[in-house]
Amino acid sequence: MATEILSGKVHVQTTINGESVDFLAEPRESLLEVLRDHLGLTGAKEGCNNGNCGACNVIMDGRLVNACCVLGVEAADSTIETIEGVASPEGLHPLQQSFLENAALQCGVCTPGFIVSAKALLETNPNPSEYEVRWWLAGNLCRCTGYDKIVKAVLQAAEEMRTEG
Amino acid sequence: MRAIQYAAPTTVDDAVALLAEHGENARILAGGTDLIVQVREDGRDTELFVDAKGIPELTDLTVSADGTTTLGAATPCYELYGNDNFCAAYPAIVDAARIIGSTGIQGRASVGGNLCNAGPAGDSIPALIVHSAICNVAGPNGRREIAVEDFCTAPGRNSLEAGEMLVSLTLPSPPPNSGTHYLRFIPRNEMDIAVVGAGAFLQLDGDSITAARIALGAVAPTPLFVQAAGEALIGQTAGEAAFAAAAEIARDTASPIDDMRGTVAHRKQLSYVLTQRALRGALAHAQGGTPSNGH
Repeated sequence: MATEILSGKVHVQTTINGESVDFLAEPRESLLEVLRDHLGLTGAKEGCNNGNCGACNVIMDGRLVNACCVLGVEAADSTIETIEGVASPEGLHPLQQSFLENAALQCGVCTPGFIVSAKALLETNPNPSEYEVRWWLAGNLCRCTGYDKIVKAVLQAAEEMRTEG
Repeated sequence: MRAIQYAAPTTVDDAVALLAEHGENARILAGGTDLIVQVREDGRDTELFVDAKGIPELTDLTVSADGTTTLGAATPCYELYGNDNFCAAYPAIVDAARIIGSTGIQGRASVGGNLCNAGPAGDSIPALIVHSAICNVAGPNGRREIAVEDFCTAPGRNSLEAGEMLVSLTLPSPPPNSGTHYLRFIPRNEMDIAVVGAGAFLQLDGDSITAARIALGAVAPTPLFVQAAGEALIGQTAGEAAFAAAAEIARDTASPIDDMRGTVAHRKQLSYVLTQRALRGALAHAQGGTPSNGH
């Protein structure tokens, strides 16, 4: 059977932050454009739009990706976690609380990407060294903080999450 | 980006049929971390994304009974360093997979895509060369094999003919008492393009070298297999004197350019230094240890 060629507005069914989501996207549109422009999920930011800055980081099928380097149509039948799904109805995620307590942000544009990236790290490695935090977060650029407070916030959140189990 | 179509074939034959039907404006999509950006920024004449990740052969990572590994061309980097058996068998490829872009890039980017992009500084390519990888190619005239050192032909150019696609890489079983290592020089700690990259393979009989391969990145229009440097090591005692002699050959073979990342002189010297470090790392692996000189 010949492969179906999709064009125009393609219907995509996926799961975002635990909810089944349907959207229409042209094949040329990135997952970032779909999230921001079609679904109103503007937490993921467009920074460089070429995979360097990490401001659009989301977790796709359990793995950290840059949403600007994924096509929206590639999200079909996948599981996406965005910054909007990090907090729970009970309150902020420990990473979010730690970023606040450590003043790990200034302008805030990079922050959603950092938090999603750090969440992916702690799900992989609950007890990272400072070196491992810096290495993992190397794909997230921040022009305000100088990174020290971000790294400290991630290490503190990791410790709290281990203590709370 | 202009209007583009998308297809997700589930067999190599279907993908090849799509390439045949749509010509050079159909592009194979693996991790997309190069292709999506290229299409967006360069306005390339892409009309069709052929998403290869639904083809089982393209995302394969299996070790056969004889120890040979088949690495699907679209298998993402993170699956390589997450696989303990792969890490033990192909350390240089894992060294490269860990430093291609960021964690987010490695979640999608594939070694096969890195190879097809044929960048002179592509980190995985010297590593594939020292591991003697074979490229498995499919096209309108059936299947063929290309030695990985012959795959890249110029910056951004590879030896795939019209309608052909890279399906997988065959990685020979690592010989006993052998080791490999890849490393690069960049002025930052991470997230940069190699000023020079160097890979090495060593096989030992006691202290004596019985086989060796050296490859360099970013010192020529294509990643460079420095066959003479490897051959010069055969029969030598593994150690600094032999490594320095091989590194001199690597330095003299390198034909780099001056650009924003480095000068000819700097790259020549780096070829000399990094070849020795790659050899020390390969030696450490061959002796059952791990290299101590970082990434």
